[in-house]
Amino acid sequence: MSEHSTYTPGSGLEKWLDERLPIIRFSKEHLMDFPTPKNLNYWWTFGAILVMCLGIQIVTGVILAMHYTPNIGMAFDSVEHIRRDVNGGRMIQSFHAVGASMFFAAVYIHIFRGMYFGSYKAPREILWILGVLIFVLMMATAFMGYVLPWGQMSGWAATVITNIFAAIPVIGTPLLELLRGGFSVGNPTLNRFFSLHYLLPFVIAAVVALHIWALHVPGNNNPIGVDVKDSRDTLPFHPYYTMKDAFGMVLFLIPFVWFAFFAPDILGHPDNYIQFDSQVTPAHIVPEWYFLPFYAILRAIDFNLLFINSKLLGVMFFIGSIVILFLLPWLDTAKVRSGSFRPMFKWFYWLFVINFIGLTYLGAQPAEGIYVLLSKVCTAYYFIHFVVILPVVSCIEKPRPLPTSISESVLAKSHA
Amino acid sequence: MATEAQHSTTRRDFLFVATGAVAGVGAAATIWPLINQMNPDASTLAVASVEFNLNGIESGQSVTILWRGLPVFVRNRTDKEVEEAKAVPMAELRDPETDEQRTKKGHENWLIMIANCTHLGCIPTGESGEFDGWSCPCHGSQFDTAGRVRKGPAPTNLVVPPYEFISDTLVRIG
Amino acid sequence: MFNTKNILAALAILAGVSVTQAAGEVVHVEKQNWSFAGIFGTYDQNQLQRGFQVFREVCSSCHGARLIAFRTLAKEGGPSFSEAQIKALAAEYEVNDFAVEGGSRPAVAADMWPSPFPSEQDARDANGGALPPDFSVLAKARGVHDAFPFWMFNYFTGYSEGGPDYIYALLNGYEEEAPVHFDLPEGKYYNHVFPGNAIGMAPPLSDGQITYIVAEGEDAVPETLEQYSTDVAAYMMWMAEPHLASRKQTGFVVLLFLVLFAGLMYGTKRKIWAGIEH
Repeated sequence: MSEHSTYTPGSGLEKWLDERLPIIRFSKEHLMDFPTPKNLNYWWTFGAILVMCLGIQIVTGVILAMHYTPNIGMAFDSVEHIRRDVNGGRMIQSFHAVGASMFFAAVYIHIFRGMYFGSYKAPREILWILGVLIFVLMMATAFMGYVLPWGQMSGWAATVITNIFAAIPVIGTPLLELLRGGFSVGNPTLNRFFSLHYLLPFVIAAVVALHIWALHVPGNNNPIGVDVKDSRDTLPFHPYYTMKDAFGMVLFLIPFVWFAFFAPDILGHPDNYIQFDSQVTPAHIVPEWYFLPFYAILRAIDFNLLFINSKLLGVMFFIGSIVILFLLPWLDTAKVRSGSFRPMFKWFYWLFVINFIGLTYLGAQPAEGIYVLLSKVCTAYYFIHFVVILPVVSCIEKPRPLPTSISESVLAKSHA
Repeated sequence: MATEAQHSTTRRDFLFVATGAVAGVGAAATIWPLINQMNPDASTLAVASVEFNLNGIESGQSVTILWRGLPVFVRNRTDKEVEEAKAVPMAELRDPETDEQRTKKGHENWLIMIANCTHLGCIPTGESGEFDGWSCPCHGSQFDTAGRVRKGPAPTNLVVPPYEFISDTLVRIG
Repeated sequence: MFNTKNILAALAILAGVSVTQAAGEVVHVEKQNWSFAGIFGTYDQNQLQRGFQVFREVCSSCHGARLIAFRTLAKEGGPSFSEAQIKALAAEYEVNDFAVEGGSRPAVAADMWPSPFPSEQDARDANGGALPPDFSVLAKARGVHDAFPFWMFNYFTGYSEGGPDYIYALLNGYEEEAPVHFDLPEGKYYNHVFPGNAIGMAPPLSDGQITYIVAEGEDAVPETLEQYSTDVAAYMMWMAEPHLASRKQTGFVVLLFLVLFAGLMYGTKRKIWAGIEH
């Protein structure tokens, strides 16, 4: 994309460097001059906000690792040591814990923005797939991080989630023992989770780099979903979007610090302040809020199907609920990207959002009474949305007329 | 856009400078706690000063106690050792310090010093060497009865930590 | 369009669900007024000192506080006893130290609060099989469950006093006699707040049980069950969250800074975008 670059090395040294490692040219092309549609709204700032979240998690995480002890006898107390004795430890620890929730809040907004505006459609399928991959890595990282304080919720989350793998026929039990490093969740489990929890964020960072690379090949999608036609449709990334993104980040930090400083435990569960006891399961075991929709799907399956037992079937639905996201670009075949110009899709989109929130709610409820039935209905709708509604709507829907270009739509809006 | 910018240069510049300055303050205020967390924490600082009871250490005996993670010699010197230490001419010392400088007035028999050789940190053996003081098994440094280096590679005398006598039998080190 | 209001509502619900609780046996717990609630909350030093007295004279005979160092009782924002008081207090307790002869010595300020029982098994044996939980973080390991939609408001008020509210309610939740249909096991007591209602701990506090040490020139404090339980619940919250006051103060400054910064950023952003149709 060197055609966007206006970079000419200013000095002899810059020229020398440019011929060997064109890092200044690269930064200028991709961070400053990159042509970006001029009509991006604030929902598009969440990409930058997510980079900030990853940065906060890595910095605070590296610091916590300086004081944390990954040993079942000492882990719980070492986290308390951080909160009580380490200089500023209470705040750094709460930024990391609250940061996980904020990271997921931002990623859900980012994903649902992409779903509404059709950002997964050609030529951005790889971009979308890499994004889903980041989401999966985030879930793995968050889960393992949640185990580290070694409270009741930590230990039981580790037990329950590793048990998912036992559902796999034949290799299930050996695989379970391999993952745990023992017959139950114990010190080897905690140690490997610590190691992987430290490793995965850097893998995420690498996939984020690929994600941005894949973004910069076709360029950004935009709220009307019409391709960029000429330079009147775009603005250089800097200073326009650097500033807009930075403003978005500062706004996002306000609820972030609200939780981190004034209610650092409100997003967690009180039971995690009790050290893990493998003899006593807490009365209500609930994952962190960001796992609830998928947890609800896992739990909803309480029946056998043909030769598949309910446990394996639940795991299949659970994995399927994420795998199906990878396939989204091929399930929604409509040519029009933006939901704003798709009258039928729009309705089903919001139904899907409500259904997803419903699953979140159900994930937190006990598996009894009406909740069991509702969970099944919502789980079914989740899959129906992808495999039935999207393909059918794509075929029968008559989209509204699209503006011919971004600049035309922008002008129409400002003169309206 | 370029012309627009030139119209309101001062207001625009002020806003940019103010935003930049506030961003700078924010960045600095964020970075400091991220560095400060590496400083000794409250539990470490709480044992930075220890009280030690000298009761029961007879003349000619020494004990090694732990202070800030370092071994510390506490020796109740015999009169002979004190006299020997005081008799050494300053000119013979590599790191000249009088015995008075290394002890507390009125408690000259008590020698309290960090037990790590000033060469490379080994712990010297007591009541040994040519000077009746300490000798280091690692590289052969020798110290006299006031813990001053007399021979070998150690550049300075054994270090006397900050301490004070709270009473005749109670010292606070650190 | 991508409807902002819908999204915000959805987010509020998403963020909220984590605290919703089982519909089962939710006991209504009355919320108390705590000095440490809200964004300007700080502990009441006198209350913490009284709470400490209750803890020391009553609770600590069965309950430990293994994460609490004596020195922290002297810290600002907490009970703030003087260094000399702490030194004298610590010296009254023996702590294990295998580096000294006999394996134990009088505690110093740097030591942790010693456990009342040598082992968990001893603690169970002495308490009819029930283990008295450690108090260090207990105030945060308990909570109050609000019904929909009240838990949603907690995110905006920063409600984090569920632990002390529960502890207060529990200490005041004993009833002389269990309801007729209730089968109370031998050695248990009926408490309408405790989950399952049969608690192993006998009613620990009663009116007039502790004589508060009142400093000169200060008003006498009622020596009632309500007062004792309020004070000890506040003290337990301090044990669980000793840096609460400084955390909230820092938070307020950070929040103010961010609001100012956001305003400036918005101005700068508008200036840069001025004249661009978008």
